[in-house]
Amino acid sequence: MPLNDSDNSYCLGIESTADDFGAAILSFEGAVLSNANDVYMPKKGGIHPREAARHHAEVAEKVLAEAPEKAKIKPRDINLVAFSQGPGLGPCLRTGATAARALSSYLGVPLVGVNHCVAHIEIGKLATGAKDPVTLYVSGGNTIVSAFEAGKYRVFGETLDIAIGNCLDVFAREVGLKQRRGAPFGAIVEELANNGKSYVSLPYTVKGMDLSFSGLLTAAVKTFLEKKIALEDVCFSLQEVAFSMLSEVTERALAHTEKPEVLLTGGVAANKKLQSMLRVIAMEHDARFCVVPQGLAADNGAMIAWTGILAYKSGLVTPVEDSYVNVKWRLEDVHAPWVEG
Amino acid sequence: MLLKKGAEARLYLDEWHNRKVIMKKRLPKKYRLPQLDLEIRSQRTVHEPNMIHKAKIAGVPTPTIFMVDVADANIVMEFVEGKQVKQILDHVSPKERLKLSGLIGRMIGRLHKHGIIHGDLTTSNMILTPYSKVVFVDFGLSERSKELEIKGVDLHLMKRALQSTHYKHAKKCFGAVMKGYAEVVGEEETKKVSDKIREIEKRGRYVSDR
Repeated sequence: MPLNDSDNSYCLGIESTADDFGAAILSFEGAVLSNANDVYMPKKGGIHPREAARHHAEVAEKVLAEAPEKAKIKPRDINLVAFSQGPGLGPCLRTGATAARALSSYLGVPLVGVNHCVAHIEIGKLATGAKDPVTLYVSGGNTIVSAFEAGKYRVFGETLDIAIGNCLDVFAREVGLKQRRGAPFGAIVEELANNGKSYVSLPYTVKGMDLSFSGLLTAAVKTFLEKKIALEDVCFSLQEVAFSMLSEVTERALAHTEKPEVLLTGGVAANKKLQSMLRVIAMEHDARFCVVPQGLAADNGAMIAWTGILAYKSGLVTPVEDSYVNVKWRLEDVHAPWVEG
Repeated sequence: MLLKKGAEARLYLDEWHNRKVIMKKRLPKKYRLPQLDLEIRSQRTVHEPNMIHKAKIAGVPTPTIFMVDVADANIVMEFVEGKQVKQILDHVSPKERLKLSGLIGRMIGRLHKHGIIHGDLTTSNMILTPYSKVVFVDFGLSERSKELEIKGVDLHLMKRALQSTHYKHAKKCFGAVMKGYAEVVGEEETKKVSDKIREIEKRGRYVSDR
């Protein structure tokens, strides 16, 4: 099949890093034509990797059919298959990778393995027009401050233990909150926090450029369960402390790199409070503040498709024999020749 | 007079009871809750002089603290007469350079031996006095730890600072730093830390400069 850069070329992106199974169609120009998704909702507790993978396998057919359907193209119109190759949960990643390999082989089109963290940054850049930002990438599995230097996205700071999204999720579960479809734990905590007024002191842990959230999580849970402080106030304080930590590290990276933009991406980017704090920092450093739109904030197939297109256009493909998943694939190990800088 | 504007604090050169002093003021951050802001700034205003004092006990020259104003997040300390190692390291004789590097290594050894991690070991945070002492300043990122990993990260930063600012002599200088370090903490511990530094380098986690 002839390939070109025109709008008639399409990429199917498959995302299955954690609890989301997503499939999306993007044109090679970067138009998001569809972004189908099905999220695994555990009855209780957090994500069980094997159960999540089972969910992905069950919904794969439906979601994968939905993507070209909603994009109004035929599966045969697809020119490239991209998939999330890591980092993430092994069983979940393997489900997506298996589907990707099968489809690429069946359709006779190239396969591109994509780094999940890079994908969050690239979709943020595509959606906001950011060119060379300091990026704060915050989600259930990752908390990373990065910026592009000499061929790679460098990590300036990151969490030393759990991710911020994980901290908020576990807190919510421990204090007895329930998530609903369309209202993840983060959104519920944010809503409660909006009604909180008094601040209770919680541990603030920034070590140089790195962060730690586990102590904060334990203290927040204890503050609610043992000290009987109103849940709204604990949510409020938890957000204030956690987001101030993130802001401090982002500001330091911004001051050091003097980049012209600040990009907020990942599932937690949807939080309005975090957005407002980073906006203040960007303003003080004369940088433009960019935030990924809500529809592309959480894990999704569109970001995988777009990063796959970027990689493919700069000559990268992943032969099937190299398409094994890499559960600990670090951001700065990704060669990113498509980025200028 | 404003000397330096950092991401967190500002340094002023001032006069205080007829002494030349440095005032380190941690400024309020608009993005965070005033209550939390005050908490963080006062905590750090207490932490830093504390660590500076502990370093002194470990035998590492540090500025004398004259006053700590917690409410105002202000530290008044001695203005150390001398030259930043950053400015002179490339311009002294090769022999002097190795001697100075060795001395720096011994001082880092003393800090680590006492469980003090400086957290920002760059040559701009070291001042060579006319009496040939090296005074360590800016303990703003310091912490207490005896973990190999943390010591490795501390020294790795030193190595990177040498490579980026004094690239012509970085290799020899860092070798001398590690030699001086070994004189204080011993060969066995130095080998462990050196191995750790190599491991950290391989991780590539701290590569952030061009």
